[in-house]
Amino acid sequence: MPKKKMEKEKIISIENLYKKFDGFTAVSGISFEVERGEIFAFLGPNGAGKTTTIKILTTLLKPTSGKIRIDGHDPSENQHEVRKTFGIVFQDPSLDDELTAYENMEFHAVLYGVPRKTYKQRIKQLLEIVELWDRKDSLVKEFSGGMKRRLEIARGLVHHPKILYLDEPTVGLDPQTRNHIWNYIKELNRKEKITVFLTTHYMEEAEKMAHRIAIMDHGKIIAEGNAEQLKKQTKTASLEDAFLALTGKVIREQKAEKGARMRRFHGARR
Amino acid sequence: MQAIYILWLRQLKRYLRSRARIVGSLGQPLLFLVALGFGFGPIYQKAGGGNYIQFLAPGVIAMGVLFTAIFSGIEVIWDRQFGFLKETLVAPVSRLQIMLGRTLGGATVATIQGLIVLIISTLVGFRPVNPWMIPLALLAIFLIALLFTALGTAIASVLEDMQGFQLIMNFLVMPLFFLSGSLFPLDSAPKILGIIARFDPLTYGIDALRGTLINAAHIGVAHDFAVLTICVAIFLAIGSYLFSKIEI
Repeated sequence: MPKKKMEKEKIISIENLYKKFDGFTAVSGISFEVERGEIFAFLGPNGAGKTTTIKILTTLLKPTSGKIRIDGHDPSENQHEVRKTFGIVFQDPSLDDELTAYENMEFHAVLYGVPRKTYKQRIKQLLEIVELWDRKDSLVKEFSGGMKRRLEIARGLVHHPKILYLDEPTVGLDPQTRNHIWNYIKELNRKEKITVFLTTHYMEEAEKMAHRIAIMDHGKIIAEGNAEQLKKQTKTASLEDAFLALTGKVIREQKAEKGARMRRFHGARR
Repeated sequence: MQAIYILWLRQLKRYLRSRARIVGSLGQPLLFLVALGFGFGPIYQKAGGGNYIQFLAPGVIAMGVLFTAIFSGIEVIWDRQFGFLKETLVAPVSRLQIMLGRTLGGATVATIQGLIVLIISTLVGFRPVNPWMIPLALLAIFLIALLFTALGTAIASVLEDMQGFQLIMNFLVMPLFFLSGSLFPLDSAPKILGIIARFDPLTYGIDALRGTLINAAHIGVAHDFAVLTICVAIFLAIGSYLFSKIEI
């Protein structure tokens, strides 16, 4: 059956997706597809609607309208099946500060039903990659921002999902760690055919990593293609220039997230 | 099952690691026992009520459980604030399991807290009349804990931040406590107060404690347990429903 085959190739397909918050349209009729095994970069200035889109794809938000298929499932109807397909590293912190690094990892592994033997091995391997193995028994609240970030990335990889969402995963990390992490993700993509859906503001990362790039602005997708195509389309020499040519040079206001707003309100810091 | 277990374990670990919270939350029950217990004791005795500490202790135990349970439930707001809630909500685990794991964890914590208050109250002179009934009293404590953790979770699922917290304390938790006959006997209370108390689920919890610990139930222990169980079921259902509606 040809239809079935189509679905198999496109692991994510979105048609005419809208998300409106009262009086404000965050996502305004976007459509795109991601192929199985692809590394797909989703770029755009702050407040373009990337994180909102990811939240919809990961069942945290319900879309206002539009058609979504993730590995053949509709997140608004079959959330549970959709949740089984992906792993995510969020843009904002999402660790439990009162637990140790290892406990955070273990909690994640158990929630995702990873067998004990597998996760013990994998947690060790991942914590070594992000150079936190010797701090595995420290409470997360004692960690610096960069250490927390590394831990979150490691945690997102404990179960090997079909799709891995990385929402600005490398913000605030030094080039060495970034390099380590991207290499690991590339390896994972190659070996396990994990589809990677990433957002980043580091254009060189996108250029190096992504097979295909979509650029979003003001809730719409304004360009799509690989880095070469985007450069050609805008007659620019680098992806960064292409990005600026497409999205303009105005600095955007970003709506603070609920969580971020509250953290600020209470004076707590990451 | 494993998911419920790990969520339960998390609540417990967080509790055991926050010594300040444990000690802090024991201050209030102790104050009630000492100030009210010894302060009103003589008058209560003169009025023919008997030993006030004996009467008061079950109410104060229930208070400790009530507060801890509501707070445990409301912790969902903190989790939302610090982002951890997202981590649990995207996992391939049903919302019901997440809610149950958390609630069981919170209820266990509140039960431990109740047990500690029970021990403290024996230090100020409280003596359970039927020591062999203590397991049944612990069951009552656990049901109270479960009921109000579920209520806390339900509230936290609807609130976005802690700003509504004062409102909840003054218009929900305090009335639940003061109108439950925790501090005064319902037998001799004005009729209207008695009727109001009948709509407060905590009344049945405290009555079950008085029935099991000092053999002085006003309503009846079997009746109390029946109402508690039904209330637990209802609140768990409401809590699960509201929790499942959370969007971030």
